[in-house]
Amino acid sequence: MTHDHHDHDHHHDNELDPFAARVRALETILTEKGLIDPAAIDAIVDTYEHKVGPRNGARVVAKAWTDPEFAEWLERDATAAIASMGYMGRQGEHMQAVFNTEDTHNLVVCTLCSCYPWTVLGVPPVWYKAPPYRSQAVINPRGVLAEFGLILPEETRIRVWDSTAELRYMVVPMRPVETDGLSEEELAKLVTRDAMIGTGLPLRPGSREPGALWPAADEKGAAS
Amino acid sequence: MNGPHDLGGQMGFGPVAPEIDEPVFHTDWEKRALGVTLATGAFGAWTIDESRHARESLHPATYYSASYYEIWIRALETLLERHGFVSDDELEAGHKIWRGVTPKRVLHEGDVAAVLARGAPCDRDVSTAPRFKPGDRIRTLNEHPETHTRLPRYARGKTGTIEAVRDGFVFPDSNAHGKGENPEHVYTVCFDGRELWGQGADPALTVSIDAWESYLEPA
Repeated sequence: MTHDHHDHDHHHDNELDPFAARVRALETILTEKGLIDPAAIDAIVDTYEHKVGPRNGARVVAKAWTDPEFAEWLERDATAAIASMGYMGRQGEHMQAVFNTEDTHNLVVCTLCSCYPWTVLGVPPVWYKAPPYRSQAVINPRGVLAEFGLILPEETRIRVWDSTAELRYMVVPMRPVETDGLSEEELAKLVTRDAMIGTGLPLRPGSREPGALWPAADEKGAAS
Repeated sequence: MNGPHDLGGQMGFGPVAPEIDEPVFHTDWEKRALGVTLATGAFGAWTIDESRHARESLHPATYYSASYYEIWIRALETLLERHGFVSDDELEAGHKIWRGVTPKRVLHEGDVAAVLARGAPCDRDVSTAPRFKPGDRIRTLNEHPETHTRLPRYARGKTGTIEAVRDGFVFPDSNAHGKGENPEHVYTVCFDGRELWGQGADPALTVSIDAWESYLEPA
């Protein structure tokens, strides 16, 4: 049965967070037993803190925006297409890329736990793993999107992908207007993590604001 | 099991409240929690399905008041005890007392990159042909096992359409309990929002789940 250790203040009573002591105790026991290598823990942390994150996915999206053959491959066999860019492994073993269109916006959730495409997005943000998002994304996706400042036209179809098995989904957002002539590298900078979960859209070039997906009548005039 | 983890459609948890410029980790202990969880997973002593079941078996009051890394660590303590690697008195003391079970593998620093890059694929060959094809209408079972399952409550007893036939995958309902991989075909199944949530549902909503074949019957 479960038990509680976190109220014990032995050895680590200078810790501010009682859970820090609990994790340290566990790591200590496992290290003393030779069951874990603290340097391996460091290497894992370094991987997800510095090497594997949403920049990977952004490069995948930018390539799909600029290379129709790659986009087709990504749609057909995302695991292989993404692996061709060197992104493979844990929590990305079985990838599926889902493409936003003018008619349909895709949103990814894991209602049962925290399934997330680590190879392209890194470890998930806290909100993705927490009850508010997991509970509401499938029943009230527009309400969820509004919290991210994303208001879609009423007629836009919303497709929610609940990651209940071992497929890991990434959203390929539509390439925004105003991006003609940008290089793949410049395009990748516009692709946010949230745009690849479906809770956001790509950025406007040179801004932290989302770019327009369709040229509005007044913007067409302003741009020309 | 109808546990606290099965959150789809529940209400009352408040706003999503996304954090602007959220750091990858909020505290050092979160880093260690991630690392220890992955490093002990490399023992090969339990499956991802067993570890998910350990997390969802936490008491609901604990589950809902814990951060996700807390959930991981609480479940990991259960797994380590269940498989004989650590004991309750060691967790109390914060130090090694017993020798305990020796794992098949210990993850060393030099192997981390390769192990993470390899992952743990869980697609498997299935000898039978898929029972369903894209476009087929199906109904999900309305069963409430006390054991692990990946068919969420909101999608039980519902009529939907097969959108895609996926690979065969390890069946979590048996694998979580040490009863074998028993791989089955997996399907992406689409439900109209109104089928799941009634007439008040967003008329432009489609929700899909990925369902193992034995969760489904012809509609």
